[in-house]
Order: sequence, then C-alpha cells, then structure tokens
Amino acid sequence: MKKYVCSVCGFVYDPAKGDPENNIPPGTPFENLPDTWVCPVCGASKDQFEAE
Amino acid sequence: MFPVAIKENIYWVGAIDWNIRDFHGYSTYKGTTYNAYLILDEKITLVDTVKYPFRGELLNNIRQLIDPAKIDYLIVNHVEMDHAGSIQEVVNLVKPEKIFCSAMGHKTMLAYNFPADYPYEVVKTGQTISLGKKTVQFIETRMLHWPDSMFSYLPQDKLLISSDAFGEHWATNERFDDQVDMAELMAHAAKYYANILLLYSPLVQKLLADVQQMGLDIDMIAPDHGLIWRSNPQAIIQAYDRWSRQETAQKAVVIYDTMWHSTEKMAHAIVEGLTRENISTRLMSLKANHRSEIMTEVLDAKAIICGSSTLNNNMLPTMADILTYMKGLKPVDRIAAAFGSYGWSGEAVGQINQYLEEMKFTLASPGIKVLYGPSAADLQQCLELGRQIGRQIKEQ
Repeated sequence: MKKYVCSVCGFVYDPAKGDPENNIPPGTPFENLPDTWVCPVCGASKDQFEAE
Repeated sequence: MFPVAIKENIYWVGAIDWNIRDFHGYSTYKGTTYNAYLILDEKITLVDTVKYPFRGELLNNIRQLIDPAKIDYLIVNHVEMDHAGSIQEVVNLVKPEKIFCSAMGHKTMLAYNFPADYPYEVVKTGQTISLGKKTVQFIETRMLHWPDSMFSYLPQDKLLISSDAFGEHWATNERFDDQVDMAELMAHAAKYYANILLLYSPLVQKLLADVQQMGLDIDMIAPDHGLIWRSNPQAIIQAYDRWSRQETAQKAVVIYDTMWHSTEKMAHAIVEGLTRENISTRLMSLKANHRSEIMTEVLDAKAIICGSSTLNNNMLPTMADILTYMKGLKPVDRIAAAFGSYGWSGEAVGQINQYLEEMKFTLASPGIKVLYGPSAADLQQCLELGRQIGRQIKEQ
C-alpha cells in the first residue's frame, strides 16, 4: 500500500499505521479514506495529498 | 530606533510596534516587535523584514550600518505579512542577488502575488549557504506555524534565528532576555505558545528532538517577535518542551458568561468548591477577559469548566467564541464540565458538552442546569461539583 504526503504540511499518511486518533484503523489504504478525512496535522483536504 | 549588535557583525534592524492592541484576534496589550536581522559578511544578508507600515524604520536601521543597495541576499523564514510585508519595497530598493525561502515559502509568496521573476532560491532542511566567513544552515519547520516556516542557524555564531517560534508579543526598547523581568517575559512567551502554537504541539516535540539529534550548538535564539534569548536560551527551550507535552498544573479555569447573574452565582460556587480543595483556580468572565487571555490560563490548567445561560435556544455568543477558539488550539487530556441557568428550554449546557466531547475532554459530570435562579441546594450542588473536580485533579 502506497504512502501519501500532504502537499501543505508534509505529513505522511502511512496505511500501515492508519489514523487511529480519527477512527481510521491500521491497514486502511489511502483510497479508502472517507472524503471527509483531513490531514491530522494541518487540516488540508484529501485531494491535497500526493503519492510518495 | 537604531541597529543593535547581537553578535559580531550581526544586527537587529527591526521595528517596535508600541500601539498594536489586536494582533489578528490576539490581544497584545503591551504591543509587539517585528524583528529583522542584518548579517554583514562578504554576502550582506537580511533575514526577514517587518510589517508594511514599519518599512521606514527597517530601512533607517539598515542605513545606519550600510547602504541598503549593498544587500546581496534576503532570507525569508516566514511569509506572514508581519515579516514579509515589506519584502517588495526592500527588493525594489536592494535588488538582491538571491531570495532564499522554503519550497512552501516560494508557493506562499506567489499566492500572495509576489512577482514570479524574483530571484527565488528554494532551500531544504540541512542545506547550507556560505556568506563568506559565516554560513547559514536552513531548517524547515513546516506548520510551526505556517507551511512555509523555517529557521536559519549560524553555526559560527551559535545563533538560531527562529522565525515565530520562541517569540512573544511585547514591545520593549530592551532587546535581550537578561534586560527584562524574567517572570513577565515567560508569561508573554506562554501566551504566545497558547495562542499560536499549542495545536502544533506534536510537531514542536518532533522539532525539539530533531534539533537535539542534529547536534546544533545554540547559545542565542533570535525570534521574529519580542526579546532575544541571550542569557537563557535553555529556559525557553525547556518551556516549549513542557508546553508541547501539554503538562498541566493542579489548576482549574472557570469560564462563564451570564445575563442576570444566575450563571455567575453558579460559577462562584464552583470556584468555592475548587478553592476548598486547594486547587489554583481562575474565574474568567467572558465580558471581562479576552479569548487570548483565557487561552493563556488554559495552557497549564487540568480542568476547564464552562458556564453559559441559554439565549434564544443557544449558548451565549461569547461562549461559542471561546469554545470555537479553544477547539482549534487543541488542548488535550483535560477534565471538563458545563453549567448554566435557563428560563424555559436550556440548550446551552448540552451544546457546551458537545464541544467538550469533541475536544475529547473527560466530562466530570453531565452538567448542571438551573431553572431561572439557583436555590441554596443548586449552589451546594455547584460547590460539590467544584470539590469533585478538585479531587479528580489531585488524583491525576
């Protein structure tokens, strides 16, 4: 599974880790994140992420 | 003012804003400064500029040292307008050979409509440039507190020019930490952290670890606002470590607004309960205190207790203001409770609870709602809530 980088703040979404603080379990591929998911660091929307 | 030497051939050339009282919604009751630094070397380098109305002061300071046209390099550590607002004037006058900024700084300048044909030179963390005798190493500090933010470190001088980190809003004609009262300085620095950086605490922790790992030898920290840490740079680094771990004291903040003093009476009873448990407590009326003052007290408070009467089926607008502001700044791991009086519908307590739950605070109680005016028994219940929260604080 590919990692994705926030183009605003540089946060890396690692599917292996997920985003448990925001109810995204480990193992969730980036594509399966809900459209309402935002960068946990800066709040940028999903479309501002690029594949690493 | 006049330029102030901070290291050999490095000068403060910024401006003092004695009169500003509202800094984009942050109360600056003692003004602020916009610090810019001039490095005299084979390549004369200006680090940051000042807010636009102060460009004359900046240029006047520079002129007392050199002809501004001799400046070769401009380093843009941060593109926010209190530091980048004079860049276009400076560039027109100086015509610098290079403008150093982060990748995000470049993007941000273009989005602020700076000319695309400026001689931008994008730099990354760890990259070093030589000015002649001195060198400058760049450290990107994304989201501390904008995507473009970065530090400039001068190893020969053991000087960290830290942009908006480690700064404070306080207008003084003193330039160094050891020239002012340390307690007041730390209070201004805490206010700055609570209102600007608290939400990025996990990144501050990472940055402090990275700086340690990079083995930077720092004996002076020069931020873009307020005093330069010459004698006590470790004091502010240690404070940032504490604040970013969100360490709290045995302390509570009771925040309230009231229409006919009913909610206010409840607030006083809660404070009495906390006081009986020997908890340091601040009672903060939303009519008497600016949101940024309240946030400063929240920084190290373990318990946050919010009271509002119900107006037109809603909490009072002042309470919505502080809760929106606080939620954005992301304090974590707090004990909380809501209270308030009402006349017929009484939505305020539930609405406050919703905010407290969204912030993942531990609710000490479902909240206390009182119809019209609190009875002796109601006030006793408020006092007991204060005592209960006091005991919970002490257990942690």
